[in-house]
Amino acid sequence: MSTTTTASSREVKWWGGGKSPFNVEYGKVMMWYFLMSDAFTFGAFLIAYGTVRFSTNGWPNPNEVFKSYPFASEGVNAPLVFVSIMTFILIISSVTMVLAVHAGKMMDKKGVVRNMILTIIGGIAFLSCQAWEWNHLHHEGAWWGMNPFLNADGTQSSTNFTNFFFTITGFHGFHVFSGVVINIIMLIMTLLDKFEQRGHYLMIEKAGLYWHFVDLVWVFVFTCFYLL
Amino acid sequence: MSNHDTQDHADHHEDPIAEIKKVTIILSVLTIIELILGFWMIGITSESTRLAIKGVIVILMMAKAFYIVAYFMHLKHELKNLIMTIVVPLLLFVWFITAFLSDGGSYKNLRNNYDPHFKAQSTIKVEKKEEGHEGAHKVEAAEGAHETKAAETK
Repeated sequence: MSTTTTASSREVKWWGGGKSPFNVEYGKVMMWYFLMSDAFTFGAFLIAYGTVRFSTNGWPNPNEVFKSYPFASEGVNAPLVFVSIMTFILIISSVTMVLAVHAGKMMDKKGVVRNMILTIIGGIAFLSCQAWEWNHLHHEGAWWGMNPFLNADGTQSSTNFTNFFFTITGFHGFHVFSGVVINIIMLIMTLLDKFEQRGHYLMIEKAGLYWHFVDLVWVFVFTCFYLL
Repeated sequence: MSNHDTQDHADHHEDPIAEIKKVTIILSVLTIIELILGFWMIGITSESTRLAIKGVIVILMMAKAFYIVAYFMHLKHELKNLIMTIVVPLLLFVWFITAFLSDGGSYKNLRNNYDPHFKAQSTIKVEKKEEGHEGAHKVEAAEGAHETKAAETK
């Protein structure tokens, strides 16, 4: 007891040797490094989109392009409605993921299982929304190399808009998909008592970091494509 | 020993569940404000007002990103060493965004000044196309014509 008090009263030398300077395990540091590299990949995509948009005179109005939702009648005009539902689905699934991580820290297996199932459902719901949106846009004639939409000022638009939209939301959707797969694996491992045997739920925390990163990227993608 | 335990708990800033609830509410409110601004922007035609609203939306976006990384990804409660390792390299984005966006803007100005074809193309209004695939084909055909024209001028 006395030794711990003297150690904490003195300034801690994190790089003095004999200590873990990050105080997290190896896998978590590596997950952070991976996410940082992934952030630069997404950043490069979004900055390329911004550069091309800045170098063009006209650009399609997102409120005219994304104005429909499932089961809507033909001439419906509801901009931002569907995408805000998608955004909230992802935020809520992120919250259930935090709750799963917290339950893991408390060694509460039941809580982990319940919240992981909710997170997986959220992820699948988001992917379904995106599948519907892509399908809908494809039916309107939009795809890589095809842009049926005019610029906001009524002039002819280039295919840059659709190319960037499908590439970036597709890359993000692929991340969501792999996140769902990772979460399903974590759920199975939890059900098989793998983490109980190890004595900790650190794997859930690492999967959680990835899942929150997917939510984080959507914050940027959503703003850049639907709001700006 | 029990004394030590309470000390450890005092290190944690807040009850984690309360913190999660608080951050969830903050994120939802920020998103709702973003959406309200987005809806409001639909009816506004003044370019400078639109630009100002877009600036506010970008600030809100950064705030959301901060809350997700700091609390959901738990970075705020990690050691300063780890925080710096993650955050400092990301500062490269400041240069990255400034340089590339201004480059894009300058390319547009150059073309508008020295490429009359580019400027003319971006002022011709297209008549509204009909719904569905036919419109898409028409656009493709128009693009094809444009390409052949460009080839001819070469």
